[in-house]
Amino acid sequence: MAILKIIKNRLVKGIVDLRREELMPEIEALGKELKRVINRRFRGSFHLREVDTGSCGACESEIIATTNPIYDVQRFGVNFVASPKHADALLVTGPVSRNMLLALQKTYEAIPGEKFVITLGDCALNGGLFKDSYYTLGGVDKVLKVDLHIPGCPPTPTEIIKRLLSLLIAPGEI
Amino acid sequence: MNIREEFKNKYQIEPITVNTRLEDESYLTVKHEDFIPACLALHKLCHSPVMMMFAEDKRKTRSCYRLNTAFYAANTQHWYYICLDFPGADQEFPSVAKEIYSATLFEREIWEMFGIRPEGSPDLRRLRLHEEVWPEGYFPLRKDFTPPPATGRTGQEYNFIKGEGEGLFEVPVGPVHAGIIGPGHFHFTAAGEPIINLELRLGFTHRGVEKLMEGKTLTEALKLCECVSGDAAFAHSLACCSAAEKIFDLTVPARAKLIRAICLELERMYNHINDIGGIALDVGFSFASSFASVMKETILQLNDSISGNRYLKGVNVIGGVTKDINERSAAGLIGKLKTLNTDLKGLEEILFSSASFMDRVDSTGILRQKTAEDIGIIGLAGRASGLTLDLRTNTEPYRLAGFKPIVLGTGDALARLKIRLLEFKQSVQLINSFAGQLASGALASIPAGIKEDFALGAVEGWRGPVLYWLKLDSNQKIERCKITDPSFHNWEGLSYAVQGEIIPDFPLCNKSFDLSYSGNDL
Repeated sequence: MAILKIIKNRLVKGIVDLRREELMPEIEALGKELKRVINRRFRGSFHLREVDTGSCGACESEIIATTNPIYDVQRFGVNFVASPKHADALLVTGPVSRNMLLALQKTYEAIPGEKFVITLGDCALNGGLFKDSYYTLGGVDKVLKVDLHIPGCPPTPTEIIKRLLSLLIAPGEI
Repeated sequence: MNIREEFKNKYQIEPITVNTRLEDESYLTVKHEDFIPACLALHKLCHSPVMMMFAEDKRKTRSCYRLNTAFYAANTQHWYYICLDFPGADQEFPSVAKEIYSATLFEREIWEMFGIRPEGSPDLRRLRLHEEVWPEGYFPLRKDFTPPPATGRTGQEYNFIKGEGEGLFEVPVGPVHAGIIGPGHFHFTAAGEPIINLELRLGFTHRGVEKLMEGKTLTEALKLCECVSGDAAFAHSLACCSAAEKIFDLTVPARAKLIRAICLELERMYNHINDIGGIALDVGFSFASSFASVMKETILQLNDSISGNRYLKGVNVIGGVTKDINERSAAGLIGKLKTLNTDLKGLEEILFSSASFMDRVDSTGILRQKTAEDIGIIGLAGRASGLTLDLRTNTEPYRLAGFKPIVLGTGDALARLKIRLLEFKQSVQLINSFAGQLASGALASIPAGIKEDFALGAVEGWRGPVLYWLKLDSNQKIERCKITDPSFHNWEGLSYAVQGEIIPDFPLCNKSFDLSYSGNDL
């Protein structure tokens, strides 16, 4: 029964995927460029492992939004993976609460081979609103060497895709 | 009810003072020996769990600590507090947790933050200042607190509750989970497949919000409120604003009230659709989940178009709102909501016609009404288990729009899903009604004068009541701000709901509650 409803829905609404060009031309142009770079430098797939070190959850919501059918960042080769063992890079949000320090370090160490660290959101840069707290370390760069920062509170999905592109294109960063 | 009479005749308790300066709050200061009987009396009279319990450090001016325990009488929409002053040298107060379970977490919080001991408490383990990284003897919310000099591991460890018996095994999960989600540690004890105990260890996103609030101006504080729990940014800033408005005795213009209500419902809608999709995803129904994520994105873009922010940040100011909704954007809003409502009906049909989906959610993760009541579950999760509390009832502008809380009784994942579907549709109706009532007028009134006072701001966010108790000093800076997100009450409900379920159903149960890590950890 459910499958009939799904088919009916498809016929009535069309596939959201195919209307991307009209929905978000900016994403399309960026995405094509991003895919080209990922194909060349990472053999088609760039895998991220996300770690929340004390964010309020808005950054996570926007990261998840990049994977919805509107932005669908996976089609450009960017994937979010469950295990750090499968990742090329670490994506970190939050001002680094003391309680998360060990987990952050362990997750970083579990990523094999060459790896890099991307911070996302104003808290992860220098602690943001929480930098004077007794319980935060004030930014991810106090713990790990950071290769790219994506600013915003929280950054929009478009901004996230844009900044990822700038990281991957910049020569000498990897 | 006349609380003084009631206390005297029924319970033979004579409060030292009764402060009724505010219209909907009463503060009853009691003698030391009356503290527990008074709490029990209010617990019974109001049919309310401990909604909030917090301490204030007044050693500098009055050489005492003050303990406030809040109860809510839903039938009269009135907040009652039992206040107890005890000398700073004592560092001890009688524990209520033995009598009223819902006080347990608050007492643990007071113990770790102030170093004042609930005498006779059954559980004194720390919630947020993990023993592994925080040495003993440092209490952040004391006014004379200085942070510990050495950082690093302390060598201490947390004692999880251990299940013993043949064939029992333990499954530790977290703090870093497989998905893109906040950090928390779940410690399962399982006998074969079924879970016999789940112990939650949270606090991983602790950032010291309440301490950071101290000494801030209201404008600075408002920014911080929006980052306490990102998916409830609007409810949090609104609760903070209402507290400040009560202190300054400000009347919020009718237009601003309606715009706030519209935003509050939009926040409810994007989170509800997010969870409906999340529940579908956690049973592996990816079409429904993608469908819902497109709807969520539509609402986020709608938020952006009316407020300039996808998460409705920067809308609230003390006294009103900064963003207006003009006739054209109101018409646009209503048009979009109509489409969303149709989409939701389609999604509902798809979900409910799938036998395998229904098989997973129906009667999974049951939280019985009695359990929910005893442990003090509030908000959406409470309403799914038959508890009727909803702070929107009988308040403006909801009363005019004919608001009735949606309450179901089965307490399973399906009930929590159905409440979300029903509330989503209800929100569409409410926004239509609010948008129709928008009459021209001011957007904000301006606070005047200097007020050294305190008040509570309470807002029914999408998870449940968000509470901000605010106290200003003579310089108009914040002296104490106690924040209670509904997650703080409700995480406990999850550990009861999963008992007897199998571990593979845990993600589904968890998503059906969808509680905030950062709102709980502060």
